[in-house]
Amino acid sequence: MNETADMRTYVTGIGLLAPNGLGLERYWEATLEGRTGIDTLSRFDVSRYPVRLAGEIDGFDAAEHLPSRLLPQTDVSTRYALVAADWALADAKIDQDAYTDYEMGVVTSNASGGFEFTHREFDKLWTKGPETVSVYESFAWFYAVNTGQISIRHKLRGPSSALVAEQAGGLDAIGHARRTIKRGTPMVVTGGVDSALDPWGWVSQISSGRLSTATDPHRAYLPFDTHARGYVPGEGGAMLVLEAAHAARARTAPRIHGEIAGYATTFDPPAGSTRPPGLRRAAELALADAGVRPADVDVVFADACGVPELDRAEAQAISAVFGERGVPVTAPKALTGRLYSGGGPVDVATALLSIRDGVIPPTGGTTEVPEDYGIDLVRAVPRSGPVSTALVLARGRWGFNAAVVVRAVPEETA
Amino acid sequence: MSKMTIDDLRRILISCAGESEGDRLSGDILDEEFELLGYDSLALMETVAAVGSEFGVRIEDEQIADLRTPRDVLDLVNDAIAQPN
Repeated sequence: MNETADMRTYVTGIGLLAPNGLGLERYWEATLEGRTGIDTLSRFDVSRYPVRLAGEIDGFDAAEHLPSRLLPQTDVSTRYALVAADWALADAKIDQDAYTDYEMGVVTSNASGGFEFTHREFDKLWTKGPETVSVYESFAWFYAVNTGQISIRHKLRGPSSALVAEQAGGLDAIGHARRTIKRGTPMVVTGGVDSALDPWGWVSQISSGRLSTATDPHRAYLPFDTHARGYVPGEGGAMLVLEAAHAARARTAPRIHGEIAGYATTFDPPAGSTRPPGLRRAAELALADAGVRPADVDVVFADACGVPELDRAEAQAISAVFGERGVPVTAPKALTGRLYSGGGPVDVATALLSIRDGVIPPTGGTTEVPEDYGIDLVRAVPRSGPVSTALVLARGRWGFNAAVVVRAVPEETA
Repeated sequence: MSKMTIDDLRRILISCAGESEGDRLSGDILDEEFELLGYDSLALMETVAAVGSEFGVRIEDEQIADLRTPRDVLDLVNDAIAQPN
């Protein structure tokens, strides 16, 4: 590889599973039409739990998508990750001889591990004894399992890793995949997927104190609204195929969805510190990394936690960077729930679709934004207009912040 | 306790580790190596644990490394059934 090689990072494949749509186009259609994936959790009886709503994926039959050998050894989250990776690779149409196995890596993020699988095995441990616990528990629970399973399934043996940073982790994975490409690996599968909707996963999520206890699916998760009262958790996520621009060009990649143009990550100061939270710095550093001025940004995909003080802090960070109402802000995740490590990658995929179709999707059911938030939140209906640069923000509980800049790649320069 | 048959093993393998690709489990597999059938050491550990609890025999982890074919498993299990302790 010579020094003049074009080392920009292109997105050439997307695979996505969200509560309001299985597959990228179905999700996009639901997102533009404002169809929510939030409903009463159906995995078990939640009638006596303080939180009852979730963004649950319906109609997914793993056996339709994956070989039988993989089913006994995978948690539902890993099945989603494997299928998302399959779809992303199919979208990218990578020929078998385009790359050697060591030229292809995997970088994924996961926030909660294989909760449902582990719940089942722990139940066997307590009720039937240790000899009945599946040997596959040894890795099925593990944050790195999705990277491992995707690597094994598609023989991607290049530099690979797994990142854990709660909801910020998915953007960190994309940022690290881009770094991996800049270090010389031409193709990396990256993204994040989570699911923890079994009773144990559910109470673990409730314990954060940030979940909405509302029971109306359309009013439960209202980021930036005066009636915001927490978030609804969801399951799913997205995988992307990233390629070095020179490599995508060399193999005549059929579709360039866009460029991962910038990335930054920061950590919040400790509680009680007088220093501000790190989100603003992450946004500014990502823009600087991309060589983009705030005025060049057409839309911000917000972290949109739905917890009033966190919404306020994010609104302040956004106005500090862009000026009051200086940029359209949106949070389509209001229709899926927060997907943890899946949230950032789904937002990046959504930003790429915004660029493709020239439309910014709205923020679920949010209607009234406090005046003093100072943000121009896209509400109720999609907003049409050219989009060429988007900033995606994510915050993870315990202080993680990440930002990614996504940019259009005009056809003639691809 | 009745003897374990190749069909028992086939059934337990599938329930513990899934079906092998390309229907390799059907037909005469007694002397086929597990590895060629598409089952790795973990698949075998999982299967042997279930075999052990269903047929009431204890198979130590160290013995699993020597089990290369379905015949090895049947011999080990059926010998143990024939001579309790």
